Amino acid sequence: MNPKDVLLTFPELLLWFPLISGLIAFVLKKGDHAKKWALTSSFITVGIVAASLFFTDQKYFNFNNVSYFWMPSLGSSFALMYDGMGRMLCLLTAVSFPLVFLSTYTNDYKKPHSFYGLMLLTQSGLMGVFCAMDALVFYFFWELALIPVYFLSSIWGGEKRIQATFKFFVYTFAGSLLLLIGIIYVYLHTPEGTFSLRAFMEAKLPPGKEKVAFWLFFIAFAIKMPVFPFHTWQPDAYEQSPTGVTMILSGIMVKMGVFALIRWLVPVFPYATQMFSNIVVVLAVTGMIYASCIAWMQDDLKRLVAYSSIAHIGLMCAAVFARAESGVEGVMIQMFNHGINIIGLWIVVNAVEKYWGTRKISELGGLANTSPTLTIFLVIIALANIALPLTNAFVGEFLMFNGLFAYGKWTTAIALISIILAAVYTLNMIQKVFYGPVRAHYPLAGVTRLDKGAVVALSIIVIIIFVLGVYPKPLIELTMSTVGAFMNKVHGL
Amino acid sequence: MSKLVYLVPLFPLIGFLINGLGRKSISKSLTGIIGSGVILASFIVSLVLFFDVKAGHTGVVKLFDFITVGKLDIPFAFQVDQLSSIFLLIITGVGFLIHVYSTAYMHEESSDHYARYFAYLNLFVFSMLLLVLGANYLIMFIGWEGVGLCSYLLIGYWFKNNDYTNAAKKAFIMNRIGDFGFLLAAFWIIQQFGSLNFADVFSKASGMKMNDAVLVGITLLLFLGATGKSAQIPLYTWLPDAMAGPTPVSALIHAATMVTAGIYMIARSNILYTLAPTTQGVVAVIGLATAILAATIAIKQNDIKKVLAYSTVSQLGYMFLGLGVGAYTGAVFHVMTHAFFKALLFLGAGSVIHAMHHEQDIRKMGGLKKALPVTHITFLIGCIAIAGIPPLSGFFSKDEILAAAFSASKVYWVIGVLGAVMTAFYMFRLYATTFLGKFRGTHEQEHHLHESPKAMTIPLIVLAILAAISGFVGVPAVLGGSHELEHFLAPIFAGSVKLQHPHNINHNTEYMLMGASVALAAIAILYAVSRFSKKPELNDATSFGKVLENKWYIDELYDAIIVKPLRGISAFLNNIVEKLGIDGVVNGVGRIVNYGSRQLRLLQSGQVGAYILIMVVAALALFIIQLFVL
Repeated sequence: MNPKDVLLTFPELLLWFPLISGLIAFVLKKGDHAKKWALTSSFITVGIVAASLFFTDQKYFNFNNVSYFWMPSLGSSFALMYDGMGRMLCLLTAVSFPLVFLSTYTNDYKKPHSFYGLMLLTQSGLMGVFCAMDALVFYFFWELALIPVYFLSSIWGGEKRIQATFKFFVYTFAGSLLLLIGIIYVYLHTPEGTFSLRAFMEAKLPPGKEKVAFWLFFIAFAIKMPVFPFHTWQPDAYEQSPTGVTMILSGIMVKMGVFALIRWLVPVFPYATQMFSNIVVVLAVTGMIYASCIAWMQDDLKRLVAYSSIAHIGLMCAAVFARAESGVEGVMIQMFNHGINIIGLWIVVNAVEKYWGTRKISELGGLANTSPTLTIFLVIIALANIALPLTNAFVGEFLMFNGLFAYGKWTTAIALISIILAAVYTLNMIQKVFYGPVRAHYPLAGVTRLDKGAVVALSIIVIIIFVLGVYPKPLIELTMSTVGAFMNKVHGL
Repeated sequence: MSKLVYLVPLFPLIGFLINGLGRKSISKSLTGIIGSGVILASFIVSLVLFFDVKAGHTGVVKLFDFITVGKLDIPFAFQVDQLSSIFLLIITGVGFLIHVYSTAYMHEESSDHYARYFAYLNLFVFSMLLLVLGANYLIMFIGWEGVGLCSYLLIGYWFKNNDYTNAAKKAFIMNRIGDFGFLLAAFWIIQQFGSLNFADVFSKASGMKMNDAVLVGITLLLFLGATGKSAQIPLYTWLPDAMAGPTPVSALIHAATMVTAGIYMIARSNILYTLAPTTQGVVAVIGLATAILAATIAIKQNDIKKVLAYSTVSQLGYMFLGLGVGAYTGAVFHVMTHAFFKALLFLGAGSVIHAMHHEQDIRKMGGLKKALPVTHITFLIGCIAIAGIPPLSGFFSKDEILAAAFSASKVYWVIGVLGAVMTAFYMFRLYATTFLGKFRGTHEQEHHLHESPKAMTIPLIVLAILAAISGFVGVPAVLGGSHELEHFLAPIFAGSVKLQHPHNINHNTEYMLMGASVALAAIAILYAVSRFSKKPELNDATSFGKVLENKWYIDELYDAIIVKPLRGISAFLNNIVEKLGIDGVVNGVGRIVNYGSRQLRLLQSGQVGAYILIMVVAALALFIIQLFVL
C-alpha cells in the first residue's frame, strides 16, 4: 500500500461519487426522486471537478495521483492519474451530465430510478477511463462505461432499438475483445510484467509484433470514435437511443476513442504509429469528406448530426496521427468543445421532435416563424459546430488543420474541403427546417415554448461557445502539459 | 491615443447586444437611435485615430492572448496605421449614413424584426472593423468570416421567402470556398514564417527572392479567398443574387464595404504580391476579365439592383486590375470613391424602390425625375462619378488604375477602357430608363409617387457631395495635384515601391489616354441617354442580348458541372456505398455469424466422444500454429 497524505484523491472522488450516487438512485423508486437526485448529484460532480482545477500544481501531486495494488498476482495496480487531458475530459464529463439532465427534465421515463442509476454508473465509468494509468483498470472502466449504455439504449430507445443496440453491442464488443487481446499481448512483453502505462511504454515488442498489437488497439479505438469505415453502428445507435443517451454517446463516449489514441496507442507503439500513420490519416480524411457528403443526403436530423460528428472526429484522428504540437493541442480543445456543441445540437433536435412530432427535414419548415428562440439557439450552435471564428470550435479546428498541414499540404487541402461541405449541409438544414413559410400540417403545431430546463442548458452552452471561442487560453493551458509529454514521447523515438 | 482603438469595434458590438437581446422590448425609435448612435460613436473615435495616425502615431495594440501553442503565438491585436485608419473612416462613415437611412427604409417592419435588422447590421460593422483592424491574418480571418455570416443573415433577412434564403445560402457557401483558400494560405504562412503577424510575415518575406514558389502559392491561395469575398471570377455569382437582401444592406455590405475586403487584404499583403509577379499577373487578368464580363451582363439587366450589382462586380474587377499591376494606392483610392458613389447609387435605388412600392423593374418606371427631385439629382451625380467624367471622384481613381494598367500592358488598357465605356453606357441606360421619359407604372403607383423622407434624402445628399469631391484627395501630378492620398499611404506600400520598376509615362501620353477614355465615356453617355429616354427597352432581349440577360448562363453551367455531380456523388455514397456497401458488409457478417452459430449448435450433440475429438483436433491445430507461424 502506498502511503497517502490525503484521504481521497480527486480521481477517486470522481469515480466513487457518481458510482455511489448511481447505486443510491436505483432504490429511489418514488416519483421523480431519482430524477432530482441525479440532477443534484451531477451538479456536485461539477463542483468537485471545478475545485480540482485549483489543485493542478505539481505540489498537489498527492491530490491527483493514486496507486494501490489491485491484483498483485497479475501485476496490475489500481493506478489513477489526473493530468491535464484527464482534467479536461473529466470536466467535459462532469459538465455534460447536468446539461443532459436539465434539457431532458420533462422527459418521462418508465422506471426512472433505473434510468438515472445507469446514467450515473456510466458517468463513473467514463471518469475511470480518463484517469486510468493501468491497462487493466482502463479496460475495466472502458467496459463499465459501455455496459449501462447497452441497457439504456435497449430499454428506453426508439422503435428499432433492439436491432440498433445489438449492432452497437456487437461492434463495440468486438472492439473491446481486440483491445483485451492487445492488452494481454503487450503485457506479456513488459519488462516487469505489469499493466502500468509506463510499463506498456517501455515494453519491448519486436517490430512485427508491435504492428499486430497496434492494429488490435487501433481497431478498438477506431470503432469507438468511430473512424471510417468502422462507423456504421453510430447513426443507428444515435437515432435509436433515447436523446439523453445519445448526448452522452456522442458528447463524451466518442472522446474515449480519441483520448485512447493519445494515451494508450501512439505513446505505446511509436514505431508502428510512424509506420501506419499514412494509412490512418488517409482513412480519417476519407471519412471526413465521405461523412460530410452523406450528412448532406440525410433527411433525419439525428442522422445528419451523427454523420456530421463522424466528419469532425475524422479530423481529430488525423490530427493525432499528424503528431504536430499545435494539431494535438487542437484535438484537446476540440474534444471538449465538440462535446459541448453536439449536446446543444441534440437538445435542439429533441425540442423539434417533441413539438412537431417528427425529425424529418422534409416534413419540417418555417420554424423560425413560430419559435424564434429555438432558431437563434440552433443557428448559434450549428455555426459553432461548423467552426465559425469566435465560437469555441474554431480554435480547435484551426489548430488541427494547422497541425495536419505540417504533415501534408495536399492532405490538408483535401481535408479542408470538409469545411465547405459542412457549410452546405448545415445551411441546407437550417434553411429547410427553420426558414421558408410555416408548414401547416404539424400534429402538435402551436406548442412552441421551449422547456425551462432546455433553455437553461442551451444558454449555458451558448455562453461556453462564446467564452471559449474568444478566450481559449484557459483550455489550452489546462492541457498544454499533456501535449508536451505526448510530443516528447513521439519525438523521443 | 491608439490605445482607444478597441472602442471602435466595441460600440457596434454593444449595439448588437442591446438590439439583439432586447429585440422584444425596445421600441422602434430607440432601436434606430441605438443602432445608428453606436456607429456614430465609432466614427468619431475613428476620426480621432485618423488624425492621430496622420500625425505619425501608428502601431500595434495587443488586447489579449488569443492562441498560444508552443512556438505559435497569435495575439488578439489591432493594427492602427494609414491603411486601416482610412478603411475605418469609410466603414463607420458610410456605415453611419446607411444606418440612418435604414431607420426610415425599414419602418414597415414590426419592432422585433426591426431590432433584428439593426442587430445584424451592427454585428456586420463590428466584424468588418475586426477585419481591417486585425494585426495578423487570424484576426483578419475572424472578421472575414464574420462579415460573411452577417451577409448571409441579412440576405436572408426575409426568411420566409425561399428564393431569398437560397441566395443567402449561396453567398455563404461561395464565400466558404474562398475561405478554404484563405485558411490554406494561413497554414502555409505559419509553416513558412512561423507567425501570422503582419509585421513578422512581411519583414521575413521581404528577404525572399522574387517569384519564390512558396510565395506564389500563398498569394494565389489568398487571392482565392479574395475572389470569394470580393465577387471575382470564378466565385462572383453570389453577389447579384445577394440583392435579395434589403437595399441598404446591398449598399453597405454588397457595395461599399464587405466586398472590398479582398482588395484590403491584398493591399495589406502588398509586399507578398509584389514579390510574386506570377500571382500579380493572375490577379490583373482575373480582375480585368471580371470587369468586362460583369459589364456586359449589366447592359441587359432590367432589375435596378441587378444592374448596380453587376456594376459593383465590374468595379471590383478594376480594383483587382489595379492591385495586379501594382497600383496599390489606385486600388485603395477606387475602394474609397466607389464606396461613396456606389453606396449613393444603391441608396438612390432604394429610394426609387420605396417610392414605387417595391417595384424593381426599370421597365415599369420612367420619368421619375419630377416626383423624386433629390433622388434624381443625387443619382445622376453617382452615375457621372462612376462613368469617370471629371472632376467627379470616379474619374481620378479609375484613371489612376488605367494609367498603371497602360504601363503594364497596352492590352490591359484597351480592355479596361472598353469596360469603362460599357460602364458609362449601362449606367446611363439605367438612369434614362428610370428617371427620364414617361412614367410606365400603374395609375395607383403614380398617384402614390413621393420623395423619400429626410432620413433617407440627407444621407443621399451627403454621399453625393462625397462622390463629387472625394476625388480631389488623389489628383495626380500630371493634373497639377499632389496626390495627398498617395503620400498618406506611402509607408504602407514603401516596401513594394522599392521593388517595382518605376514606370513613368510622359505627360503627353497621359493626357492622351485620359482624353480618350473620357471622350469615349461621354459619347457612350450621350448615346445611352438619347436612346433610352425616348425608347426604353421594354421587350425581352433576343439573340445575343438574351445570353447577356441570362448572365452568360454561368449559373446554369455551375449547376450542371459542380452542384449536380456533387449531389449525384453524395447520393451514390449514401445509397450505394454506405447502405449496401459498408453497412451491407457489416450486416452480412452479422447474418453469417447468425447462420454459423446455428450450424455450430449441431456440434453440441451430447456425445462425449465427439467433444473429445474436437478438443484433440483443436489442441493439435494450436500446436501447429504455435510451431510454424509464431
